[in-house]
Amino acid sequence: MFETLSDRLNASLGKLNRKGRLTEADVDEAMREVRRALLEADVNFKVAKDFVTAVRERAVGQDVLKSLTPGQTVIGIVNEELIQMLGAEREPLNQPDRPPQIIMLVGLQGSGKTTHAAKLASHLRKEGRNPVLVAGDVYRPAAINQLQTLGKQINISVFDEGTQANPVDIARNGVAWARERGLNPVIIDTAGRLQIDERMMQELVDVERAVQPTEVLLVADAMTGQEAVNVAETFSQRLGITGLIMTKMDGDARGGAALSIRAVTGVPIKFIGTGEKMDALEPFYPQRLASRILGMGDVLSLIERAQEQTTEEDAMKLQDRMVRGKFNLEDFLDQLQKVKKMGPLNQLLELIPGMGAQLRQAKAQISDDDYKQIEAIIRSMTPAERRNPHIIDGRRRRRIARGSGTSREEVSQLLKQFTEMQKMMSQFGNMAKKGKMPKNLPFDLD
Amino acid sequence: MVLDRLFRRRAEPDVQLEKSLEKTRKGVFSEITRLFERDVLDDDLYEELEMLLIQADVGWDVSQQLVRDLRARVNEERIENPSLAREVLRTEMIELLESATRNRQVKVFQRGVPYVIMVVGVNGVGKTTSIAKLAAYHQGFGRSVMLAAGDTFRAAAIDQLKIWGERLGVPVVAHEPGADPGAVVFDAVQAAYGRGRDVLIVDTAGRLHTKFNLMEELSKLRKVMQKHVEEAPQEVLLVIDATTGQNGLIQAKTFAESVDITDIMIAKLDGTSKGGIAFSVAKELSIPISYIGTGEKATDLSEFYPETYVDALFFGEGEGL
Repeated sequence: MFETLSDRLNASLGKLNRKGRLTEADVDEAMREVRRALLEADVNFKVAKDFVTAVRERAVGQDVLKSLTPGQTVIGIVNEELIQMLGAEREPLNQPDRPPQIIMLVGLQGSGKTTHAAKLASHLRKEGRNPVLVAGDVYRPAAINQLQTLGKQINISVFDEGTQANPVDIARNGVAWARERGLNPVIIDTAGRLQIDERMMQELVDVERAVQPTEVLLVADAMTGQEAVNVAETFSQRLGITGLIMTKMDGDARGGAALSIRAVTGVPIKFIGTGEKMDALEPFYPQRLASRILGMGDVLSLIERAQEQTTEEDAMKLQDRMVRGKFNLEDFLDQLQKVKKMGPLNQLLELIPGMGAQLRQAKAQISDDDYKQIEAIIRSMTPAERRNPHIIDGRRRRRIARGSGTSREEVSQLLKQFTEMQKMMSQFGNMAKKGKMPKNLPFDLD
Repeated sequence: MVLDRLFRRRAEPDVQLEKSLEKTRKGVFSEITRLFERDVLDDDLYEELEMLLIQADVGWDVSQQLVRDLRARVNEERIENPSLAREVLRTEMIELLESATRNRQVKVFQRGVPYVIMVVGVNGVGKTTSIAKLAAYHQGFGRSVMLAAGDTFRAAAIDQLKIWGERLGVPVVAHEPGADPGAVVFDAVQAAYGRGRDVLIVDTAGRLHTKFNLMEELSKLRKVMQKHVEEAPQEVLLVIDATTGQNGLIQAKTFAESVDITDIMIAKLDGTSKGGIAFSVAKELSIPISYIGTGEKATDLSEFYPETYVDALFFGEGEGL
């Protein structure tokens, strides 16, 4: 939907000579595009302004490297600055002086606090801890049931005192309860609230005062717009926010809110939420988010989507078959089905970084109907033919064409392409075995 | 057959809407008013205006367009008075939203045929709460309402809907957690039919629009409904969180491609968010915004009128130009 920053910068700076230095005028033009990209990614306008000022200073007078275009040079600087601003180092959860470690989750309604309380508990248990969840949301209907249900799913105890109790008492009693049983960490879920709701904000302050948490994590939706800054500002003024969880990162929001919140609060992004399953909680990698904010594609999302469709074992088996040249039309059909499940083709292509204007044009010509024809042809083959395409002679070809509603030429073309593909696969497989896998990806992945 | 027009203009001012938008108004839009209190219309003013619009999540493209059009008209008509320019901007903004609300379909309630509303949206936008509000809204017109707990996925979503059902005295058709939403919807439509309910509101699990399979599921639900009621769902309501940024447009676009969205509700407008994504949605997709949600109570729902909305954000009560 949005053009990527790299396309725009290349277009605006493309006319410049490859060599030389970036002049002030070049940079001005580029910075307009950078600012636009940031704003389209929902980076707060003030944060975007400060960011652009910092990049401008670095960019003016910069040598344009021989191997790069001026646009790429600017993108390089933008990328580096973004990563730096997002926090180059991964920051772990704070450890208390004495147990238990108390983690309190706060945020607006619908940001994903309850789900992430459970995910966090599940994650910490995998690290060998013995967590407990405290149901502090007495307002939203069935919020306690939700936490209890999740607790049951992941087999982690949930402390609750019903909906009539006071959240401050619940938190205090929950911590005492955990202490008695030697449960640690204690994860406290709280009700969602607007930052301008004074009474509700005071309640959080009271909970914080009562239990002295080791960690107060602000849970924020990756799709949040300009408002992110107001929310983060107020929450961090009232509470000792120690970190962020950015949720719903499995969508296609650019996630500029993360940059805004990080800039305003100065606290690290500790986790990102990437799905509804209980294990969909990941550590935060600045590079991935930087690429995403800039709309430079997201190879990792593509890989993740592919992984959702296949198990490691299946993938290994398939790889083995490919390498040994045993990849047949049945495997091909199976792969096709999996790719289809990942989403419409043109959406998948969006995720590939460095998709230039030309490729994007080509994209318009690739349609999901192409799948259908290939599928029809393969489905019109007998299992024996799918496994050993070389047995397909003229007569079989005619039958397949008739069965799939295509022409004999189309069947031949598919078979020819498939043979080519098979050859390529075994070559590629041999390369991989010898450790000659191509490594010239456009940028480091993490 | 009883024809019933939902969107009658209320005669008295919408006090509740005015009140809940007051906080919003105090934010960026009163700054717009302040901006036009200046003596001259210069570049600074336009630049600041653009920033204020972006700050309201109106988005880059639409903000640029609004400012460009304003500038053009100011030059063309030789407007020198900033307050006149402000009126031009106000009209532009209202017209932009109205261009979409004009596409609003007349809601037809047929006796003996349930009016089915399917409520969809990404996770956490406030679908279930919005459903409670919609139920109360239709009850206010004397219609009998039934709810369908189609979100069988999220933990305790069914309980949440049932609690609302109890509070409002509305029957809820529900299966066990994890059940097939299609089966729930099938039963619910049948029950609404059999029990002569006027309105059936179907909750669905929140889903990110990028999850292709889940989007497919929505179009399947639609087909299930049509087995009993040919014209169902008569209303497909997309709920968008007012705090949503530019992704809101992509959300609306993708949902509209999977299930024909007939109406949009902007939820959580009681904060300081301005819901500016409404302008992009209106401009790019022409899907009408029909309701706004302004709190956590069942009564916190208002019909959406571009003029009221824009004015509530622009000016104080009763304050004109």
